[in-house]
Amino acid sequence: MDSIAFYLFAILSVLGGILLVAFRNPVSSALAMVLSFVGLAGLFIGLNAYFVGIVQVLVYAGAIMVLFIFIIMLLDLNDEKPVKFKSSTVLAGVVIPLLLVAQVLGVIQSNNTGDAGKFQEITKMSMAESAKAYPEDSAIYKSLTHEKAPKLPDTNLIGHSIFNSYNFPLQIMGALLLVATIGVVVLSKRSAKKAPTES
Amino acid sequence: MDITLLIAAAIKIGVFIGITMTFVSICVIFERRFSAIIQDRVGPNRTMIPLSILGFKKDFALPIGGLTQPVADGLKFILKEDFTPSYVRTVFFWLAPVFVVVPALLTMAVVPFGSPMEFGDTVIPMAVADLNVGPLFIFAIASLSVYGITLAGWASNSKYPFFGGVRACAQMISYEIALGLSIIPILMFFGGLNLGHIVEEQVKNGWLLLPLWNEGGFIIGSGYWGQENVIQRLLLLIPLGISFVIFTTSIFAETNRMPFDLPECETELVGGYHTEYSSMKFALFFMGEYAAMVVGSALIVTLFFGGWSIGFGIDGLLPTGAWWVSLIHIGCFLTKVTVFILFFILVRWTIPRFRYDQLMNLGWIVFFEAALINVFLAALVIAYPSIGFMGFIVGFIILAIASVLLILIAKGTTKKPSATAV
Repeated sequence: MDSIAFYLFAILSVLGGILLVAFRNPVSSALAMVLSFVGLAGLFIGLNAYFVGIVQVLVYAGAIMVLFIFIIMLLDLNDEKPVKFKSSTVLAGVVIPLLLVAQVLGVIQSNNTGDAGKFQEITKMSMAESAKAYPEDSAIYKSLTHEKAPKLPDTNLIGHSIFNSYNFPLQIMGALLLVATIGVVVLSKRSAKKAPTES
Repeated sequence: MDITLLIAAAIKIGVFIGITMTFVSICVIFERRFSAIIQDRVGPNRTMIPLSILGFKKDFALPIGGLTQPVADGLKFILKEDFTPSYVRTVFFWLAPVFVVVPALLTMAVVPFGSPMEFGDTVIPMAVADLNVGPLFIFAIASLSVYGITLAGWASNSKYPFFGGVRACAQMISYEIALGLSIIPILMFFGGLNLGHIVEEQVKNGWLLLPLWNEGGFIIGSGYWGQENVIQRLLLLIPLGISFVIFTTSIFAETNRMPFDLPECETELVGGYHTEYSSMKFALFFMGEYAAMVVGSALIVTLFFGGWSIGFGIDGLLPTGAWWVSLIHIGCFLTKVTVFILFFILVRWTIPRFRYDQLMNLGWIVFFEAALINVFLAALVIAYPSIGFMGFIVGFIILAIASVLLILIAKGTTKKPSATAV
């Protein structure tokens, strides 16, 4: 059951990636990329990472790609002309994926992969067991030991580890994003002043 | 995954999609009859079965006051000529209505319709997917419906639909931000994203906006005031009320309803993004809009008004898990949703349409900042027991100064509306 879903979403994701390159129309390409993102989100959800999967759809498919399509439509881009590639480009395009595949194979081959192969089925028992690590009045504990329908509170768990173990990196990332946002505003304002006739 | 749950899931998918589609057609008849009442007209009240085309002398009128109007509307749309203009981008033109309807129906999957049924040991939640990321799932899938409208505008390859599509795209992205920020106080209060648990919490401790009872009893009794943190709970009504206003208004903008239906603004854009559409493809846009309205109402009811709970302590008197109790709860939920659909229609005939720059200002300058301040206000009230009275006062003063600065900056950057707004 799980493996069927895995192959379905994996195929969807790869198919989206291939179509993204194959289509000549920018809007079609962008929609193929959305398909790829949705497939990826399905894979995350198959791994019980609901939050990551949903955020994948919300942020990438729902916001970033919409902006891409918005820009493509506003600029009214035409179909891409097929370009002749240099031999060095083609070579790089072959070698880099091969290196990545080799890396993945290496990871699969080595037995030193930490948790791999030690996956446990999530059951009522295992959830009640892992709930003991959290205080009894926390939302994580309540969700894991809910008397009728216990659930893996993956959102709460992600929040718990981010704000307890990685609080400082999170703050730095926030500052980084803020700087980027301010930079964008400054850059766009400056170019607007230079060309006031366009509106 | 055992077989009972699979069968239950299949039945639930069928029944809940059926309920949603029924509600879509109910929306149509409500929209027409309720609008008629508001405008002092009669409205469609005698749709007949056209026996006369079969050779009978008279048409047969069912004595149900025009309730068959949606059937007639649907039949009309299916039987009309499906015309595809020659200049459109055909694939996207056909794809767009699907992109509008499917997300709206998918989002219904996480809404809890009623209390869980129990058969022996198996507990069957009355939502198709009882996810732990309920509201996020709805936002994520609903954000995909932007593609439908935008593609419809672009694929039509003509000016007015394109304007409609671009407007819809910008409007929906803008209001998604206010929508997402406005529910953060609610999620902080409940400490989770599971809509089923959120409703169960409201059954025990009063609806989010009407905390008239809690585990100690009603608000008039001493048991109510004897509970922990009652004052804090009542203080929380301020940020939660602000959340409610922002959330409801954003839902109006997200579903492209009046007063925010700029994408299909017929005084400026003929029909907006669906100008070039005809027959069932046109009807699909309306189905999508109404389905989004039903989901929006369901979400408002679930988050703010106790979902399926009857309230006032009655839920506690009923046995848990019995199938008939679930049915009563489903009925209660649908009644509340109907009330909100009527509210949507009432607003449509009360508030005139906004101008586009007003809409953008409301979203980006008023709601975005109000929601942001609201998050901190709610956090302050929730943190009250751990930071003490002095901490609360200091925090409140800091928040007030920050808010005033924010409002001054927002006022300073707001430009006067120019005549060249798109």
